[in-house]
Amino acid sequence: MKNPVQTLTKSVTVNDNPFMKPIEWLSLAVLALVLLVVLPSLLDAFRLNLVGKYLTYAFVALGLVICWGYAGILSLGQGCFFGLGGYCMAMYLKLEASSVENTKIQSTPGIPDFMDWNQITALPWFWKPFQSLPLTLILVVAVPVLFAFVISAALFKRRVGGTYFAIITQAIAAILTILIVGQQGYTGGINGITDLRTLHGWDIRTDGAHTILYFVNGGLLIGCILIAQFVKKSKLGRILVAMRDKEDRVRFSGYSVAGFKVFAFCLAAAFAAIGGAMFTLQVGFMSPSFVGIVPSIEMVIYAAVGGRMSLFGAVWGTLLVNWAKTSFSESFPDLWLFGLGALFIAVVLAFPNGLAGIWREHVEPRLTRRVKGLRAPPPAIVPHGAPAE
Amino acid sequence: MFGDYSLGDLGAIFAMQGFAGLILFSVYVLMALGLAIIFGQMGVINMAHGEFMILGAYMTYLCSAFFQTYLPALFPAYFFLAMILAFCASGALGMLVEWALIRHLYKRPLDTLLATWGLSLILQQAYRSIFGAREVGVELPSWLIGSVQVTDSIEIPINGLFVMAVTTLITVGVALLIYRSRFGQQVRAVMANRPMAGAVGIDTEKIDRYTFGLGCGIAGVAGSAFTMIGSTGPTSGQLYIVDTFLIVVFGGAASLLGTIASAFSISQTQSTLEFFLSGSMAKVLTLLAVVGILMLRPQGLFTLKVRR
Amino acid sequence: MNAAILPGSVIGANPNAPEYLLAVDALTVSFDGFKAVNDVSFYVDPNEIRVIIGPNGAGKTTVLDLICGRTRASAGSIKYKGQELTKLTESAIVQAGVGRKFQTPSIYDDLTVFENLEISFPRGRSVFGALTFKRDAQVRERIHEIAETIFLKDQLLERAEFLSHGQKQWLEIGMLLIQDPELLMLDEPVAGMSVGERIKTAELLNQIIVGRSVLVIEHDMKFVEDIAHRVTVLHQGKVLSEGSMERVKNDPKVIEVYLGH
Repeated sequence: MKNPVQTLTKSVTVNDNPFMKPIEWLSLAVLALVLLVVLPSLLDAFRLNLVGKYLTYAFVALGLVICWGYAGILSLGQGCFFGLGGYCMAMYLKLEASSVENTKIQSTPGIPDFMDWNQITALPWFWKPFQSLPLTLILVVAVPVLFAFVISAALFKRRVGGTYFAIITQAIAAILTILIVGQQGYTGGINGITDLRTLHGWDIRTDGAHTILYFVNGGLLIGCILIAQFVKKSKLGRILVAMRDKEDRVRFSGYSVAGFKVFAFCLAAAFAAIGGAMFTLQVGFMSPSFVGIVPSIEMVIYAAVGGRMSLFGAVWGTLLVNWAKTSFSESFPDLWLFGLGALFIAVVLAFPNGLAGIWREHVEPRLTRRVKGLRAPPPAIVPHGAPAE
Repeated sequence: MFGDYSLGDLGAIFAMQGFAGLILFSVYVLMALGLAIIFGQMGVINMAHGEFMILGAYMTYLCSAFFQTYLPALFPAYFFLAMILAFCASGALGMLVEWALIRHLYKRPLDTLLATWGLSLILQQAYRSIFGAREVGVELPSWLIGSVQVTDSIEIPINGLFVMAVTTLITVGVALLIYRSRFGQQVRAVMANRPMAGAVGIDTEKIDRYTFGLGCGIAGVAGSAFTMIGSTGPTSGQLYIVDTFLIVVFGGAASLLGTIASAFSISQTQSTLEFFLSGSMAKVLTLLAVVGILMLRPQGLFTLKVRR
Repeated sequence: MNAAILPGSVIGANPNAPEYLLAVDALTVSFDGFKAVNDVSFYVDPNEIRVIIGPNGAGKTTVLDLICGRTRASAGSIKYKGQELTKLTESAIVQAGVGRKFQTPSIYDDLTVFENLEISFPRGRSVFGALTFKRDAQVRERIHEIAETIFLKDQLLERAEFLSHGQKQWLEIGMLLIQDPELLMLDEPVAGMSVGERIKTAELLNQIIVGRSVLVIEHDMKFVEDIAHRVTVLHQGKVLSEGSMERVKNDPKVIEVYLGH
């Protein structure tokens, strides 16, 4: 029999469910410091803008941590939501750039140039809401989330999951790309929506604007991390893990499993959409090359490299892979695809928990040995075999 | 949209498009067969399937170049050797990949998907480094060039007919192998109940390796046949991977007959729509219809109701 | 409520009569032509322990699957407290008060024992509810109480993966208990357990049946004799015999099935 005092301490520890553990606060502080202080003071405007672009992908990776890492739903169509968010923003910016004054040489002034080239003479109905900034800001998130809801509700209600879901989301990414490319007059086609200038009269092309947008982006990312942390810490987060493990048990504990999956998928879509909109603002265009199969699956690798169960890992993973991509493809363009391919294989075979796993298994124990007072969190969370279908 | 055409015209259109659809159907069946074995029987998602196909195509290309240079007398028959080579090359690579990669991941289907995607990137870059980024085409032997005139308005290209014949042969061969041979019996036994199959003395690891190799080998043959009607580039395989997966899923993953039926309906829909709409819209509508049907009937066309 | 019903009154009684907790009536399901459960009827009273026995493939697990909504019936009805279950979703059936334990221990390996129990706590079952769920004193107390009952109070912080087979079975029973179901369905609760664990489980079951009905599938006849109020024998998807253990044991049809082949 254990003595009662010991049992009591145990139960106190059990009851302790803080929003973030000390180590997590530390991770957040380090991330915020690097993103909002170190990088802006070290990098020139061009490089900082590049980092800002990478960080927009981190929104997608963050969503994938919840959706894939926690709920076990692998989506190969996150590019859809990134793209839809980005396109919604781009449509507003394009309309502002296509004022009657700016487009007076067109046969129909006041509509985007690519519409004019494609003999379209009036603004299509689905472009009209994007004349208003508040409406646009709502639609940036609402359109992708609604789209995600329709897809996921239909599939999860019918118990489609695992590899089937992955394949269907991939097909949807392919369909959306073909549609955008094919409907040139309405979407700008393969070139996408380009030549974006101002946001409500504010020129977004200047270095100053880029810097401000970088900070907005960084702030939003940290906000999304906190939202994801809240979800992860809530009972819902534990239900997602439970569902990944034993879906039937959750169902027969009185939960509607489909509803929780839809939530996880829609949350991931919302994050991706915010990332897409910030991408458009910082980079100044949006094109179908961010919607399709290839970017969608590449975004999965960002989350995988960072550690599929780690929110902070997702950000670091995204930065690392993109930094590697940029430096490799500058100097050895041929090698990059080999490297990326090897990365996919390595992260699956050797490091299923990514950077976060390496950190937890190798770095943290050493740190804890030196710094007393920090309790070591439980070991790696993704076991072998999980997340199985 | 039918208003502008007379009834006779429409008949000819449907016949011609139907035939174009049949060629597309053959290509789809060839691609989907290998995948149906790997995904349907083993439950493995092989995203590099297209690259195994392209390997077969490149083997055929090498073969045609070799015969043209060194054995011009035998050139008309090179294609048959090329198909065998394509099967062996893709099959051998498939077995190697199974041994090095896939066998560690049988319990993690989603991770297999990512790993094989990585593999496909590596293979694509390898093809680009070896064969160049440009698409290559093979020289057709003279007997495959030209077309058969059926009626005044309908003519059928011979290479298309040849691809259809090859498809039929391979499909029948695969069906016999899976449903009639001892090997096929063992494959089905392993997939139905792995521990039990192991207990009765079947070497399940060997069966896995051969099954995967077989699926990849068939992809190689598909690639080989593919050179008869189109050119090959490093990323050609990726273009078809989504269609191929949809076909297998739509057919009901474990059913060979379902795969064929689904390849048929998808190819016919697409080629008929293509005549009235732009190519991209035809594709969008076809794929949307497939995804829509899968949302309502996720188990695909052909499945049995079984106790879960 | 009239709890004391004579065994004889079961036959020919009105299945809609409210005194039955569970009324299974002419239940049939076929898988691709094969009738796994064929015209099965039985009625469970409040506070009754009913054991379903039968040879392999008799359709026992399928009957539980049908009651909890995992499998959809082809024909027939299942009434729980007068409410038709065949049309409800799985989660609605659970919320109505039916709990089910699976044959192999079905727990969440990646979560701790505490979290396993917490998820089964019947509050915050909607998406929004789960987001705003608070781990308050009531939840903690209840979890500790259940952990005590299922002999796992010292393992609360352990990951469920590391429990022994028997402990996993208990944990799953605990997860059902915390739901406080009125009808508890257990599929082979002592299968694969050591003798010691088996005795403890029988003790546990005798403790938890108070105030609820239990439907058990079990092969261990000694165990069945210990706990069963009444026994239903299934064979090839049909009810072969029903009544007290004593009566069933002496039924020539049952002897034929168990010894005859």
